[in-house]
Amino acid sequence: MGDMTDYSPDESNKSKLGTTRRGFLSQLGVAGASLTLAPLLVRAAGDSQKGEDIAAAPAEITSVSLTINGKTQVLNLDSRVTLLDALREKLGLTGTKKGCDHGQCGACTVLADGRRINSCLTLAGMCEGAEIVTIEGLAKGEQLHPMQEAFLKHDGFQCGYCTPGQICSAVGLVKEGHAKTDAEIKELMSGNICRCGAYQNIVAAIKEVQNA
Amino acid sequence: MEPFKLIRAQDNLQAIHSAGIKQSKFIAGGTNMLDLMKLNIETPRQVVDINKLSLYKIEEMPDEGVRIGALVKNSDLSYNPFIKTHFPMLSEALLSGASPQLRNMASTGGNLMQRTRCPYFYNTDFACNKRLPGSGCAAINGYNRMNAVLGTSDQCIATHPSDMCVALAALGAIIYVQGAKGIRTIPFADFHLLPAQTPHLEHNLRQGELITHIEIPALPFAAKSHYLKVRDRASYEFALTSAAVALDVQNGIIRQARIALGGVGTKPWRSLDAEKALIGASATESTYKRAADLALATANPYKDNAFKVELAKRTLVRALKTVEGLS
Amino acid sequence: MNESLGKPIDRVEGRLKVTGAATYAAEYQIKNLAYGVPVLSTITKGRVKSIDVQQAQKMPGVIGVMTSENCMMLHSPAGSDPGSGKFAEKDLLPLQNDRVLYGGQYIAVVVAETTEQAERAAALIGVTYEEQKPAVGFENHFATAYQPGSGLGGAKTQEKRGDADAAMKTAAVTTDETYTTPVYSHTAMEPHATIAEWNGEKLTVYDATQSVMGVQALLSTILGIPKENTQVYALYIGGGFGSKGFTWANTLLAPMAAKQFNRPVKIELKRQQVFSAAGRRTQTQQKIGLGAGTDGKLVSVKHDTISETSFVDEFVETAGVATPMIYSSPNVEVKHSLVRLNRGTPCPMRAPGESVGTYALEVAMDEMARKLKMDPIQFRIANHSDMDEQKKKQFSSKYLKECYLRGAESIGWNDRNPEPGQTKQGNLLVGYGMATATYPANRSASSAKATLYVDGHAEILCGTQDIGTGTYTVMTQVAADAFGLPVEKVKVKLGNSSYPKGAQSGGSQVSASVGPAIRAAALGAMSKVIKIAIADHKSPLYDKKEEDIMAGNGRIHLKDNANVGEALVDVLRRNGMDKVEAQAKTNVSTRAQQSTTAPDGSPEAKIEEESKTNAAVQADEKTERKDYVFHSFGAQFAKVLVDPDLGTIRVEKIASIMDIGTVMNLKTATNQIMGGIIFGMGMALMEETKYDPINGRIVTRDMAQYLVPVNADIPEIDVQFIGKPDPYISPIGARGIGEIGITGMAAAIANAIYNATGRRVRDLPITPDKLI
Repeated sequence: MGDMTDYSPDESNKSKLGTTRRGFLSQLGVAGASLTLAPLLVRAAGDSQKGEDIAAAPAEITSVSLTINGKTQVLNLDSRVTLLDALREKLGLTGTKKGCDHGQCGACTVLADGRRINSCLTLAGMCEGAEIVTIEGLAKGEQLHPMQEAFLKHDGFQCGYCTPGQICSAVGLVKEGHAKTDAEIKELMSGNICRCGAYQNIVAAIKEVQNA
Repeated sequence: MEPFKLIRAQDNLQAIHSAGIKQSKFIAGGTNMLDLMKLNIETPRQVVDINKLSLYKIEEMPDEGVRIGALVKNSDLSYNPFIKTHFPMLSEALLSGASPQLRNMASTGGNLMQRTRCPYFYNTDFACNKRLPGSGCAAINGYNRMNAVLGTSDQCIATHPSDMCVALAALGAIIYVQGAKGIRTIPFADFHLLPAQTPHLEHNLRQGELITHIEIPALPFAAKSHYLKVRDRASYEFALTSAAVALDVQNGIIRQARIALGGVGTKPWRSLDAEKALIGASATESTYKRAADLALATANPYKDNAFKVELAKRTLVRALKTVEGLS
Repeated sequence: MNESLGKPIDRVEGRLKVTGAATYAAEYQIKNLAYGVPVLSTITKGRVKSIDVQQAQKMPGVIGVMTSENCMMLHSPAGSDPGSGKFAEKDLLPLQNDRVLYGGQYIAVVVAETTEQAERAAALIGVTYEEQKPAVGFENHFATAYQPGSGLGGAKTQEKRGDADAAMKTAAVTTDETYTTPVYSHTAMEPHATIAEWNGEKLTVYDATQSVMGVQALLSTILGIPKENTQVYALYIGGGFGSKGFTWANTLLAPMAAKQFNRPVKIELKRQQVFSAAGRRTQTQQKIGLGAGTDGKLVSVKHDTISETSFVDEFVETAGVATPMIYSSPNVEVKHSLVRLNRGTPCPMRAPGESVGTYALEVAMDEMARKLKMDPIQFRIANHSDMDEQKKKQFSSKYLKECYLRGAESIGWNDRNPEPGQTKQGNLLVGYGMATATYPANRSASSAKATLYVDGHAEILCGTQDIGTGTYTVMTQVAADAFGLPVEKVKVKLGNSSYPKGAQSGGSQVSASVGPAIRAAALGAMSKVIKIAIADHKSPLYDKKEEDIMAGNGRIHLKDNANVGEALVDVLRRNGMDKVEAQAKTNVSTRAQQSTTAPDGSPEAKIEEESKTNAAVQADEKTERKDYVFHSFGAQFAKVLVDPDLGTIRVEKIASIMDIGTVMNLKTATNQIMGGIIFGMGMALMEETKYDPINGRIVTRDMAQYLVPVNADIPEIDVQFIGKPDPYISPIGARGIGEIGITGMAAAIANAIYNATGRRVRDLPITPDKLI
């Protein structure tokens, strides 16, 4: 198997797809340490309504400093933005998936200070000072994390949509050290639903990493 | 989600002060609060993040009781060696709840504040007296397989969803809360409220009061205790029925007993009647069955959940037999 | 010359998936993207009297609200062939009028700068309804049942041979039972999502779909724009299982809103919305009557299904579709009828028809075996169908008996006590059950383009898609073998509507349809290279005969002397070519009614023209198929442990032996069958969408209320393949396997539970409350 840049079924399309991810991020200036994500308070053009603001207060902005995949960032966000939506919609880190948005599937699992959590039920603003690792942060350059290698080898996925969450969860599980038997691995991976049903292969992948 | 102001409290007093105003809510793990905010069921205008408070300790008391900080994560509590040895039912209850990720997030205090998973409560398209007082209860004549059979009223039949709380009810925990006027304690049995005619009132906390600790008084015989949970899938699901049980059996006679049920009550359901029936009786299956009958004596089943009455009894009997086997 | 086909290579796109780099529909980073959040009906039937958008429109960040009062008019889709696009609810194009025909139907879309702003504003939309009494509750409406026309792909809904009623009356042993299955939800992990971007008259759509070509065709028709101006991408899809086979309103609403507000718009359904507005499996009631002689031979089979559909389209779950074919019986009668309810329209879900149909039929077979005091395997072998007795045609290949025997061996069938409720393991009751699995082997016309580049790599373009089944991987293997290249040198590109038309990912047809087209295109390119070499004085193959030449290891050489030949790249380089391309269309269908000829002058017509001289296409198309029916078969076995007090069920082991022709990749094939098995476990034991009995709206609309299996539910699973190629389906010999894994599974588990407990539950799912 070639590496990622070598095998990319979609590479010819990427250039046509509006802006590439890298281009998008550089427009936002994510490369720097601080980022203000506009427009949050700005009214859309064409909305000329003036006067009474109804019902609710305008959006509140929360400033949060956190480390994502080793890079410290300051984000100024609508206080309602979850960690998941910050990753996917504001930072272009779409590896973390939204499956249910209510902590019922595990697709959004990331590591926060080394522990696996559901990023959909965490406000970005609650992550002040946290070290977040997402699926994009596991590999070292071209070298995959052993758990990624094991998922690949044991075919621990089909459609791939739950996979980043499964892998982050598995990394967390190994670190926790509570799963010794197959039954314990299964129980402690039960917060990650795989509708394709690659569960048996996921267990095999985790065992390989545990035994390495 | 409604817009809200996020305040990061640095200490208890700041948190209590910030949360003193109406439409202000604490957030700790967020696993239920944010869940409900996304569905416009909780609509706070101000959210007070209490995760920076120093409430993360599990302190063993000299008499073998334990004080658990309100922010101790469910996962840390479940794997704590002292808890596993002295109160195994609590560890088991925690590990049977939710998922590893959620347990890494959810706090002890937050678990107490968990709200029902009744699907009608969770869906603003339906009537729900708990969500919108006076709107009616869609569950009573609706699909109510997961709803409660104990402690229900004509206004609400929502099940209390927590596993941890069932163990804490059995263990007779004491809840320490701090408010603007100081610190007070609430016995576990008094913390959660029955729905009666006011199902929207779920607990005895006042606006701005902060749960700081939970104390489990020493209970030596709880070292032989067990939490049994029955559900439709093997993991990551709320209980159909559950039982938290501790027994002190000496020479075949039950000296002390603690019993609480989950999945069946509108609050974590300790059964003093069942405990009374056990104490002094011989540790036999017929005793257990009698206790189980008493525990469910006031059950009021609905169209889809009548099975819970029998299943809860069997769950309790099985848990008692399991604990007896530990002796 | 199969070098890589069948080998268990890792998924070629696997690295992208394990690093989070695979991009799904909602994940494209589009400049100036706006977020669309749907507002869904909160009544079950009636009319929208008014929509108050004032508050919403004033909210920060709101760009606009699209409702039936201001949105564009749509054109009704004409066709209903899924291959060329099927809108799931033909009589309910979104926002076109004020009618409400189910709860959770689209009423409006709020578009804002951020998703938080759009969601907040959506909650402030005030809708006033005129409510009408809905049709609620499946059983309440049996009196209104009617006979539908035809099922999916023209399947017959009423079948008959002999006189089943008369035979039943004289049969020595009969069974007559009713089985029910609930509404199921696909619950693919990726919620339906669409991004639409207009560039003048040109539309680009990123969609979570099982058919890029279908979406392109539909958008073109419904929006009234030329196909060539409609570009659809679906490079990665987070599971479909049928839910993304038909097109749902989100795919239309995104381009509608994008046009209306002159912004690229993303609509990503909430999980709760997926339950109501993006398909489901219908509810069924199936009556099965069996009549047998004392010798255990079936003399009569009756299968009568009632299912439900919506008021806005007709979908028939053809539960009885396999019944006339699966066993030998002189008398068979299969009926289907439908009732209409105010629910969202059902659609195909993994093995539509066979999944629920084999549940009922195979439990009935178990009941009959019990009455006959026959071993369930022996009973099935005694009634084995050597041919399709309804169509009176031979099976293209069938090794079902071997499946039974291997499955029995794997599960430990000899340990099964035929008397139920007798075997204990500790406190638990042990039971074994089995069932037959079957699904048709579908193949449809497909095209592909193959290009060999002078740098030594090759590329395949095909307008099909990989919904997680392994299409990228197995097609890379097919192409690599045809090119004689290692798999690393072949790139397969899918999920793009501008590629030659490939099959939709449905009906287990992609491998059997697209594989031969890709193979033929690659062989076509190789033939061109060989011809160039033969004509080239400088080639060692100059003046040799094409039929004496073969490809391998990046070279072409004489078949009987590998030393006489040269590298492919040398041929191209010497002739100043940077690439050699070929396109091919294999116009083969196992469904008689489908004959596809492209309109003159279309790109597809050019491919057809080129295919006339493609030897691989010609050989494939000339294969005589009309005397055969194409089906896969298998045997499903389950061992369960039941707690008799608590009613909890633990599946201990599953053995699944599959006769699916050539196994293209053992790793991905095994995974896919396991996926089907686990779908079947969910179907048998926990999945169920419940509707409110009073107002008919969905109650269990999230993944905490609608349960699918988790890792802790999974038993030891032994998947085995017979591995004998199907000689007629295609030169590759592979039949599709996306669906057969679920068939028979629920019955095997239900039969095992009966064997364990003596309790026959005829109402899925089998939950603890039904066993205590």
